Amino acid sequence: MARPAPGERRRPAVRRSAPILGVLLAIPVLLTACQDKPAALDPHSPEAERVASLIWTFTGLLGLIWLAVAVVSVVAVYRRHEGPRDPLVLAPAGETRRTAVVGVLVAATLLVVLGLTGLSYAAQARLFSAPEEGLVIKITGHQWWWDVQYEGDSPSRVVRTANEIHVPVGRPVLLKLEASDVIHSAWVPSLMGKIDLIPGRQNVKRLVVAKEGTYEGRCAEFCGLQHAHMGMLFVAQAPEAFDRWLVAQRAPAAAPDAPDRRSGHDAFLAKPCVMCHAVRGTPAQGQLGPDLTHLASRRTLGAGTLPMTRGALAAWVSDPHGVKPGVAMPPTPLTGPELDSMVAYLESLL
Amino acid sequence: MSEAVHPGASPVPVERAAAREASGETRTQRDTDLPDAELDRRLARTWGRPAGLVGWLSSVDHKEVGWRYFVTAMVFLALAGSAAMAMRAQLARPDAGLIGPDLYNQIFTMHGTTMMFLFAVPVMQAFGVYLVPLMVGARCIAFPRLAAFSFWVYLFGGLMLWIAFLLNAAPDVGWFAYTPLSGPQFSPGKRSDIWAQMITFTEVSSLAVAVSVIVTVFKHRAPGMTLDRIPLAVWAMLVTSFVVIFAMPAVMLASTMLILDRLVSTQFFNHEAGGDQLLWQHLFWFFGHPEVYIIFLPATGFVSSIVVAFAQRPAFGYLPLVLALVATAFLSFGLWVHHMFATGLPQLGASFFTASSMLIAVPSGIQIFCWIATLWGRRPAMATPMLFVMGFLVIFVMGGMTGVMVASVPLDLQVHDTYFVVAHFHYVLIGGAVFPLLGAFYFWYPKFTGRMMSERLGRWNFWLAFVGFNLTFFVMHVLGLMGMPRRVYTYPSDSGWGPLNMVSSIGSVMLAASFGLFFVNALWSLRRGVRAPSNPWNAGTLEWALPSPPPAYNFARIPIVTHHEPLWKERESLPVAHGLAVDEREILVSTLVEARPDLREVVPGSSIWPLISAIALSIAFVASIFSPYAALWGGALVGAALLGWFWPKSSHEDEE
Repeated sequence: MARPAPGERRRPAVRRSAPILGVLLAIPVLLTACQDKPAALDPHSPEAERVASLIWTFTGLLGLIWLAVAVVSVVAVYRRHEGPRDPLVLAPAGETRRTAVVGVLVAATLLVVLGLTGLSYAAQARLFSAPEEGLVIKITGHQWWWDVQYEGDSPSRVVRTANEIHVPVGRPVLLKLEASDVIHSAWVPSLMGKIDLIPGRQNVKRLVVAKEGTYEGRCAEFCGLQHAHMGMLFVAQAPEAFDRWLVAQRAPAAAPDAPDRRSGHDAFLAKPCVMCHAVRGTPAQGQLGPDLTHLASRRTLGAGTLPMTRGALAAWVSDPHGVKPGVAMPPTPLTGPELDSMVAYLESLL
Repeated sequence: MSEAVHPGASPVPVERAAAREASGETRTQRDTDLPDAELDRRLARTWGRPAGLVGWLSSVDHKEVGWRYFVTAMVFLALAGSAAMAMRAQLARPDAGLIGPDLYNQIFTMHGTTMMFLFAVPVMQAFGVYLVPLMVGARCIAFPRLAAFSFWVYLFGGLMLWIAFLLNAAPDVGWFAYTPLSGPQFSPGKRSDIWAQMITFTEVSSLAVAVSVIVTVFKHRAPGMTLDRIPLAVWAMLVTSFVVIFAMPAVMLASTMLILDRLVSTQFFNHEAGGDQLLWQHLFWFFGHPEVYIIFLPATGFVSSIVVAFAQRPAFGYLPLVLALVATAFLSFGLWVHHMFATGLPQLGASFFTASSMLIAVPSGIQIFCWIATLWGRRPAMATPMLFVMGFLVIFVMGGMTGVMVASVPLDLQVHDTYFVVAHFHYVLIGGAVFPLLGAFYFWYPKFTGRMMSERLGRWNFWLAFVGFNLTFFVMHVLGLMGMPRRVYTYPSDSGWGPLNMVSSIGSVMLAASFGLFFVNALWSLRRGVRAPSNPWNAGTLEWALPSPPPAYNFARIPIVTHHEPLWKERESLPVAHGLAVDEREILVSTLVEARPDLREVVPGSSIWPLISAIALSIAFVASIFSPYAALWGGALVGAALLGWFWPKSSHEDEE
């Protein structure tokens, strides 16, 4: 087909299908509106609140600019033809007007950019202001779980747990982040932006949680096969509840108090489990895997992979690779009764 | 093209030079006195290539090489697109078991790697190889054998990657392959090596093409094409080529260091031995951010060409448009750290990169405003290329807006490595590069093939792509804010991410269908399309003066350029220069700034050696994945091939 003559226009087809297009393009917007409030826009910490309002400001302003550019582009091409048809004959007045308008728009772009940079700096300055003392929690990223340690005044008072981080509401918390293998990144959308955990380095992150609640977080930096199953849970409690929790966590595991738990305990110590896991108060002192002293007090299993239930524990112990392919934990050959008693024992580790 | 001497043109130096030589003792036949038909016949014989398979493999014609680049890049587009569809199928529902983590990680790595290294950059260079010589009025690209060589290297690198995928040995560490995950300890086997070596292949090839393009633009422009008469699309390719030359070595260095770490136990990225794993990120993103502009800048050239042709007026703001290209190129090297805000950098350093990242909105804004000002009140015909330009404006500007958002440190920490960023860079790359690319394909297809693409299918193609694209990617912004990280092979059903992922997957089917239509249209039009006149869009740049498709020698007589839209200025016939030889591949070398005719030079013709050298190089590269000694004997192999390539010949080349 040769180029259509200048007068000829083929718009009817577009006009006919415009309603369909409108509906199709409205679908994502409508669906978006129907969703729950996205976690990043549902802040529960001063930091996340500041960032959420930054997101709204940027989105509002930039969205308007986008709309203006889109509308002007469409208007530009559907305006009545002005001036002579010869491509090299241009009306000088039109060119002057264009120069003025484009000049103003470029200046406006620069102003908007400077303004937004200023807003960003202000938020950044407040986010990373001088360090305050606070509860120190050391988080070490592993493929694919989080080792969590609450520093104490002596080594025996260090509390070690995994994947579930309890914090007191309103009290400043200092997270020290490290990694043992590859780079991970901690992210809790309602509470804080990302901070990488890098082997051989320590990053520090300050955090204050404003409201009680359970907040989902996860690894955000691709870290290998099970990056998808590397969740963490932030549990924000009233300060008194938190202190009670910390005391309970500091205690060694309770001795098994029922026959099946006792045989589970024995099986646990007899099997390779102890090579990697520690249960304080027993000879099991492995350091490669999560500390299991208060395993059953946690809400999830396998870094957020499964809920902490009897069935999930049985599935995890008997066939971890069926649940989370590639996980470091090997399958442990157990007879039916052994499995039952071991699950009973693990369930008692409150 | 008819022969005429522009009344106002000053005496042409080439002609004088030719006359001087003609008076002396020379057998060389020159074009001065030959009638058109005889000239075409002789030039076709000189510039043609031998028939048969060997002749086909020996071709150094930039149009054939460029076309091969296109076709190959499009095949890789289809493959990487299929990988994307597989991911969308897996992610459509929560807890889906269609694809396991091992395969999924390979697939998203293949998708990103192929799209960036084997599709986006090569397809832009394909346009450069094909169009730049035509647009500057040259008979061939500079270093034609080098261009042919780089195509083969690119092809073999891509083949190696996809054969590895078929053998279940594809890389699975993402397209930016962060250490230490990609290092010897956490990625045993050969997967990461294959990724790193694929980088070496494609970078060698990109660098070679960049050199060819730069020299073509600097030294092979037609007489009279001063710097301010260079078409904007050529400026874009020129600036891009410089970015390639400064950015690509960083990633080649990084990937070589990675291979050394893996193969001969150097410790560049091992912090325990004094190395630094973050060094990888700096090197990679020092390349990786300019890479985005390597893909985007040529697309701005396409947009300029299409906008000018459809507005039927010269570009408004030629100088600002060129300066915006140059400014973008410079700024692109000062942004890399905004990919690393979460690594715990000093805040002052990070904030510098906020400013530089936001600042790049200014040259982009200049370009957008100038294009709109060019179109304003010109009532362009809404044919398919123009539709894609409109789609580009709407989508790319939204990507630019989210780009401003991720430049802000606090904001970026919230959306970094989530689907928000996935949405952002697809808006920028598909909106900013693929839409203009498809538009450019519709625009120049008649020049490539001599036929028009179907306008009806073109409209379907555009609207499906536009709607499908927005359905697929708009919802990803929200998914990111909801907390969905990148690169997860599945997600739990209680996350609430299911419905939007389903919408995205449905949209991706539409997007895939639009590409299906594009391929159907391109293939169908090859045989059945309406025959195209030489200048179907009444555009003003030199390539439209040629028959479609252009003959092997491009211009029977070298045009003299008197305006930046020469075909609009010289409506009836172009002034031409005389005096080039017709019985050997003689071209005109001009001066850098003013494009005055400077020298006549004979360029090398068809040769099988670029292919043989590329094969030797590929053997060396692939073997050095497995043994460090391959670098030694492979080097000897490549040296032998190059000896063959550069073996002195007793031809006119030397006598002149």
